[in-house]
Amino acid sequence: MPTLENLPEPPLAACAITAPPRPASLAALFWAISGIALQGFGGVLAVVQRELVEKKQWLTIEEFVEDWAVSQIMPGPNVVNLALIIGDRYFGWRGALAALAGMLAIPLLVVMALTIGLAGIGHLPAVQGALRGMGAVSAGLIAGTGIRLVPALRSNAMGTSACALIAGLAFTAIAFFKVPLAWTLLGIGLPAFFWALHRVRTLPPPAQELV
Amino acid sequence: MTGFGYSNLLDLLGCFVTLSLLSVGGAITTVPEMHRFLVAQNAWLTDSQFSASIALAQAAPGPNVLFVAVLGWNVGMASGGGPANGPLPWALASAAMAVSMVGIIIPSTTLTFFAARWGQRNRERAEVRAFKLSMAPVVIALLVATGWLLTASHGNPQQAPLLWLLTVASALLVWKTRIHLLWLIGAGALAGALGFV
Repeated sequence: MPTLENLPEPPLAACAITAPPRPASLAALFWAISGIALQGFGGVLAVVQRELVEKKQWLTIEEFVEDWAVSQIMPGPNVVNLALIIGDRYFGWRGALAALAGMLAIPLLVVMALTIGLAGIGHLPAVQGALRGMGAVSAGLIAGTGIRLVPALRSNAMGTSACALIAGLAFTAIAFFKVPLAWTLLGIGLPAFFWALHRVRTLPPPAQELV
Repeated sequence: MTGFGYSNLLDLLGCFVTLSLLSVGGAITTVPEMHRFLVAQNAWLTDSQFSASIALAQAAPGPNVLFVAVLGWNVGMASGGGPANGPLPWALASAAMAVSMVGIIIPSTTLTFFAARWGQRNRERAEVRAFKLSMAPVVIALLVATGWLLTASHGNPQQAPLLWLLTVASALLVWKTRIHLLWLIGAGALAGALGFV
């Protein structure tokens, strides 16, 4: 299996004319998702964005945000949903199953090995401290990934100031007022939806979607 | 210990199937309900076994939902008498683990699969485009807020300044550089193990 690092990065201009990159086979999809899942300590999302959008370029940042929105709104583990959607896009239901297996199979073996092997040492102060430090870093990884996705909003048909307002309100509601997700979606997502619907119906579709 | 046996596998399945369909925002959002069912109602796990199961799965690589596998495993192992009690607890633990994972994964992924396909088929419809456009800023804000809340659960910046510094530094490094994420996680583990944060 070739590692990601030794593949040359295609120049951006080349991507626009040649066919967009995609997984070569079901096995390639399974191993790519397995590799991503195994790098994800305390959350896989940051790694998915790095590997699939920036390195492999299977998704644009806009597609990634759209798929992530669906993964987040539907019940179930977000990154598992995301893998399923991406797998389905490339290889249909077999791709969805391969991506699901990639996300869960090997990490399940690892976590069970840890459960059996580390049963006795979980209470040591050094282990507790390491878990706390890893937790703080993974919190930063999630927040940093969110900030990294902000450029996807530039082409959003709602307009940048509407996007900034919606994002600001949603952040305040969740981080400071601890509003549950369902209420945030109803209170902020629903008005945003109707604003977007109004814009979609009154504005011509953006030129890039016609390509 | 208490009486979890093969006859309870269906109860366990029923619990996780229900929670799977309710787990908007991830399986972790249903932890309080799992605690009620496994610890308070049935006493299949103690409080500390429950918390330790979740902490261990969080530290392991992979999706957070794997904590459900650890919970299921420990339910079977505890009721079977522990790992030193011959093959029976291992068999019960494996069965409980498999049932828990199937229960939490299959319903939500099936629903997502068909919903995403519907969305893909109807992606030109104004409602579907508006949904995706309007959700983009919300989910980006949700990510930043999740990072914020995870760190805030350890105390405010005055109480845990170094922990906050670690979070902010890793957020900045992820945002501005292409440093490999495993270096960051390793640095966090080391700082924590040495007692800096």
